[in-house]
Amino acid sequence: MEIFSWDFALEVLPALLRGAVVTFSATIGGFLASLAVGAILCGLYRSSSRPIALIGKSLIEILRSTPLLIQVYFLFFVLPEVGLVLQPVTTGIIALGLYHGAYVAEAYRAGFDSVPRGQWDAVESLRFSRYAALRYLILPQAIIPLIPALGNTFITMLKDTPILAAITVPEMMFEANDAGSQSFRYVEPITMAAIGYLIMSAVAAGFIHLLRNHLGRFR
Amino acid sequence: MALIWQYRFDLLVGLWWTLKLSMMSASLALVLSMFFGIARYSRNPAIRISASVYIEFFRGTSALAQLFWLFYVLPYMGVDLTPTQCAVLGLGLCFGAYGAEVVRACIEAVPKGQLDAAAALNFSWFQTMRIVVLPEALIMMMPLFTNLLIELIKATSLVSLITIPDLTFQAKAVITKSYSSGSVLLTTLAIYLVISLITSTVMKRIETSLSRGRIAEGVK
Amino acid sequence: MTEMITFENVCKSFGKTVILNDFNFRVMRGEKVAIIGPSGSGKSTLLRIIMALQDIDHGKVSIDGKPLWEVNHGRHLVKPTRRHLRDMRSLVGMVFQNFNLFPNLTALGNVAAAPRHVLGLSKKESEARAAALLAQVGLSEKLSNYPSTLSGGQQQRVAIARAMALEPKVMLFDEATSALDPELVGEVLGVMRDLASARDLTVLVVTHQMGVARAIADRVCFMEGGCVVEEGGPEALLSQPKNERTRAFLRAVHLA
Repeated sequence: MEIFSWDFALEVLPALLRGAVVTFSATIGGFLASLAVGAILCGLYRSSSRPIALIGKSLIEILRSTPLLIQVYFLFFVLPEVGLVLQPVTTGIIALGLYHGAYVAEAYRAGFDSVPRGQWDAVESLRFSRYAALRYLILPQAIIPLIPALGNTFITMLKDTPILAAITVPEMMFEANDAGSQSFRYVEPITMAAIGYLIMSAVAAGFIHLLRNHLGRFR
Repeated sequence: MALIWQYRFDLLVGLWWTLKLSMMSASLALVLSMFFGIARYSRNPAIRISASVYIEFFRGTSALAQLFWLFYVLPYMGVDLTPTQCAVLGLGLCFGAYGAEVVRACIEAVPKGQLDAAAALNFSWFQTMRIVVLPEALIMMMPLFTNLLIELIKATSLVSLITIPDLTFQAKAVITKSYSSGSVLLTTLAIYLVISLITSTVMKRIETSLSRGRIAEGVK
Repeated sequence: MTEMITFENVCKSFGKTVILNDFNFRVMRGEKVAIIGPSGSGKSTLLRIIMALQDIDHGKVSIDGKPLWEVNHGRHLVKPTRRHLRDMRSLVGMVFQNFNLFPNLTALGNVAAAPRHVLGLSKKESEARAAALLAQVGLSEKLSNYPSTLSGGQQQRVAIARAMALEPKVMLFDEATSALDPELVGEVLGVMRDLASARDLTVLVVTHQMGVARAIADRVCFMEGGCVVEEGGPEALLSQPKNERTRAFLRAVHLA
């Protein structure tokens, strides 16, 4: 028997592509969730109230110091116990959003800190309101150094989605495993899935590079 | 809590495996990252390019995909590794690539003036690396390696999916036996949290002792 | 003539470092004052207090007769509301040593931003105002340039136009020409001098370049250790200082 059968590869391709669509959607969903979670955590962390800031800091620490897989299991097993029954893919998206939200919060913080003090002086001396200053002057600057960090988060998340297979989300690695266990041929599906992640993250990296060049044009 | 106490040995076995695998794959990753990180600066283009290919390939694919590949696919090619070997090799290769990227970035961050100074003193490539570049780069690497080490410890949870009885695997086994998930998972989360905190504290200590005398204290 | 800026017994320290020590200082409407002195003598802090970027520990600061910072007898700063600070800031414009232009906006955008978002003018009105101001500082050609594509002198002229866009009664220049290459100082100084020629505008310049003090000021104050040590007309003070510390400072500056 040949090691890599092209015929079999072709046979499992549709299932893998179906999985790739789930992988991609879960990544997009998780990414959007992490942007929101990151904003909330960053807001807590930067709060002028001490206890709230401490809560934010602890949440970030806990989310960052424990494995995604355990967090995924936690949501998968514990949410139904408190009466929240969700689709596995929804649970997965929430888990990705929480786990990576802690990293995004750090990125937001770094983005804010990258805006020089002098900009705030200028904003204050020109009598900008908080909102107008953030909206028109500070955020557009803070967002540029954010793009590589957020891009990284996106790619890391893409590569983390196979973890969701552990809670039966039918993403690419799940489909590959499934195909393998049915036919007892793992070589083709798993190799193709691995290459699939490589291609997807390469495409994402290229896209992020373009976006950065486009937004960073005034530098 | 009684439940956790009842299954304490299962969890302790898991903890032991998690720590053991973390140590072994971190050692492999450290060697690989040093080797390939420095190889990126070799004057031989073949070495340079193969280092880049290694780094990009293993950073680009998913860690879990790599583990599965070693575990499921390699036997068909006539290479039969034990699950432990798969785990150490997979995590080591993956984090070696991330580490190599750290090494590369820190070498790059050494001011160019120091390279000029080394050239002016007629140092060889090895001397420049050993005497000038690496000591400087090493201090910059420490906090980044700490982060990577914690990422690696967290990533060891993936080996539970290739049948190794690590902490995550044992936690799931206990859930299956006891039909109770909340307290088991919370305990597991707490154990990982403690491991991470201890690791980062210890690494901070090492970091400060390495850079002692280099950061002027009390001087602005 | 009325008093525009008044400092009464103002104290300010950062930790153990005393910046202003029982400081008294008055500037009349329309006066052009230069403040010179060694670094760390509290010159910049003085300007930042007037711009309401910095509070005080003790005393009282008024602008145009209205209290800005006031510490009552219980030694508590009467905490001004954000609203009050914004109102007071409408009297004052400030130009910074490092320009502090907004890198994400063009020259026109930088000058138009405050009229648009603070005064609430329409896009058209604010841009017309900005274009007129940029013409005044000689930058009609550079409206659509981003700051990173402008020279230091050009950036500082944009910053001056930006500060003028809110029509302040007081202009503060904090080492406005210090970060510039020597050959670029002239163009910025020219713009500052044009501004200073306006009768009603009160101008306060902090500088360590005596040429700037000479060109702009009709009164020069030498500050050291948180106090005004000596003041007088530019010629008198810069050429024949009476105080020994002023003489020592000027000698050191001329040597440099």
